[in-house]
Amino acid sequence: MAVSVDEAVSTGPARDHTPPVRRLGGRGRSVLEVTLLTVLAVVMLFPVLWMIETSIKENRDVYAIPAKFFDFKITLDHYKDVFVNPDGGRSALSVSFLNSVVVAGASTVLATVLGVPAAWAYSRFAVKAKKDQLFFILSTRFMPPVVVVIPIFLMYRQVGLIDNKLGLILIYTAFNVPFTIWMMKGFVDEVPAEYEDAAMLDGYTRLQAFRRYTLPLLVPGIAATAVFALIFSWNEFVFATFLTSSDDVRTAPPAIAGLIGGTTTDWGLVAAASVVFALPVLVFAYLVRKHLIAGVTLGAVRR
Amino acid sequence: MGTLAAHGLRKSFGKVQALDGVTLDVPDGSFFVVLGPSGAGKTTTLRAIAGLEKLDAGSVHLDGRDATGDTPAARDLAMVFQNYALYPRHTVYENIASPLRARRCSSSEIATAVEQMSSLLHIERLLQRRPAQLSGGEMQRVALARALVRSPRAFLMDEPLTNLDLKLRVEMRTELTRIHRSLGATFVYVTNDQVEALSMADQVAVLKEGQVQQVGTPTEVYERPANQWVAAFVGSPPISLLACRADGDRLVGAAGWTLPRPRWTTAEDGRQLLLGLRAEDLSVEQRGNASLSGELYGLEPLGDRTVVDVRVGTEILKVKARPTVTGTPGERLQVTVDLDRAHLFDAGTGLSLSEAGR
Repeated sequence: MAVSVDEAVSTGPARDHTPPVRRLGGRGRSVLEVTLLTVLAVVMLFPVLWMIETSIKENRDVYAIPAKFFDFKITLDHYKDVFVNPDGGRSALSVSFLNSVVVAGASTVLATVLGVPAAWAYSRFAVKAKKDQLFFILSTRFMPPVVVVIPIFLMYRQVGLIDNKLGLILIYTAFNVPFTIWMMKGFVDEVPAEYEDAAMLDGYTRLQAFRRYTLPLLVPGIAATAVFALIFSWNEFVFATFLTSSDDVRTAPPAIAGLIGGTTTDWGLVAAASVVFALPVLVFAYLVRKHLIAGVTLGAVRR
Repeated sequence: MGTLAAHGLRKSFGKVQALDGVTLDVPDGSFFVVLGPSGAGKTTTLRAIAGLEKLDAGSVHLDGRDATGDTPAARDLAMVFQNYALYPRHTVYENIASPLRARRCSSSEIATAVEQMSSLLHIERLLQRRPAQLSGGEMQRVALARALVRSPRAFLMDEPLTNLDLKLRVEMRTELTRIHRSLGATFVYVTNDQVEALSMADQVAVLKEGQVQQVGTPTEVYERPANQWVAAFVGSPPISLLACRADGDRLVGAAGWTLPRPRWTTAEDGRQLLLGLRAEDLSVEQRGNASLSGELYGLEPLGDRTVVDVRVGTEILKVKARPTVTGTPGERLQVTVDLDRAHLFDAGTGLSLSEAGR
């Protein structure tokens, strides 16, 4: 059932189609298509390219006018600065990256552990006012985070969760659980309940039946859902900015933003930190891309 | 031991009353068929017995012990599902082994049992395949093997043959009867196919809209239907029902015909009745004393027989005839009636009036 990118987005010519007159390199796309896609790709990717270039330029090349595209000396000093202090020891940025890993990882795991069984229960059992409950769960995501950040700040101050990694983990979990329940309910609905019925008649308990026969079929869905939850927690900026202040607790997004401003901005360092920040999500999404596409399409099509 | 009793089962899904007081007593070792059209509550009945459906009211007794609140595992039953419900990620071997694994049998016991079952059902060469690589008939056999691999109190089967093509269905019917006889176990078998019910069952329960209409042997259900609905549901071609009323020693049809009134009826004069006549109790080829006149409406040759549609007034009679019978539509016909085998129902309640005198 896994559909790779190549299968899902066919680049080859459809077989029983008479090909349009103009072709470029036999790729099955018209010149107009190729032009538009190229323009779009340049517009979308240029900032990324510029970020990567800036991260490997020496400082005088970063500020050179006119801007240097090709003829600059490559250096990895900025990347070193991301992780190591000039006077030795770990840099504040590297600590913030570690915090991001802990916060995003823990909140994703928590949301999955809580959300998957909940989705299963909503899918399988007759729950009173099920639709209303599900709507209520979804409604917690209607408001943008910035609307609730002040009340949450006040509540967190009361219970001592300000400037605390656990505080961030909890708030991200709270945002990811509704999402996980809704995504996973779609996936659980796709798995026939008869597998569990059959397993229970075989002699398993309901939970054993779920674990043995339903859960393995949900893995693609869980992977897709977890990636989305992880990306949300990893990228989150508003709560991280308001609820943390010290370098020991802050996650990467506010830490990187904090580099900008002051008397001078070390753009090389900002660019290097941003590249390092973007990599894990890219790599992770790439690794689970098959599950991601199978998962997204599986959940989308309702029978 | 394998007696199974369900008493006063009630279950509603939202506004739909799926089971409305279903009571069934399944004797040990019998092949008990629950027959009814789709939506009659057959599957819900079976799932309630299996413990997969929580009841609104009623009780389930297994071997005389109240099992109403028991988990499916504790009930010690095996079930074959309509869509087979084979575990898609497991091989056929693992599918069949699952009930034994759940009950912690040793792997040598499992190997022996699976081997035995697969040879009984001729699926030895499929053991390493996965369900997706099987045909419908093969999946059906695997599902059956998974149920039969241990010896539960009773086997529950939810329309197991519905998804098979006709030839395979007939084959599996014989096979299931054979298996039932060799195991001597209790089977509860749900179907909407009356041929399956009549050919396989020791006992048939006819279900309609969550209520049991009649319980009896296939012959009883066919020969002495409890009401008009059972008479119409069981039998192919369907029974012909003619509106009439009792008048002295005659039955006077709404269409104007008269027939001698069968001796066994108890209906008082003037009562509105339905006369039920099965196709094999009617004839267009013989002469007899009791007959109806009508015109030929259509012929339906079925190879071994031909069903002749005869229009009497506004009603159509289905008459079984030899395959050689011919005729042209509109032609006048006399239909001989075997009144001793006719059925009479109250037109209002639909209940049979035939029982008392026979």
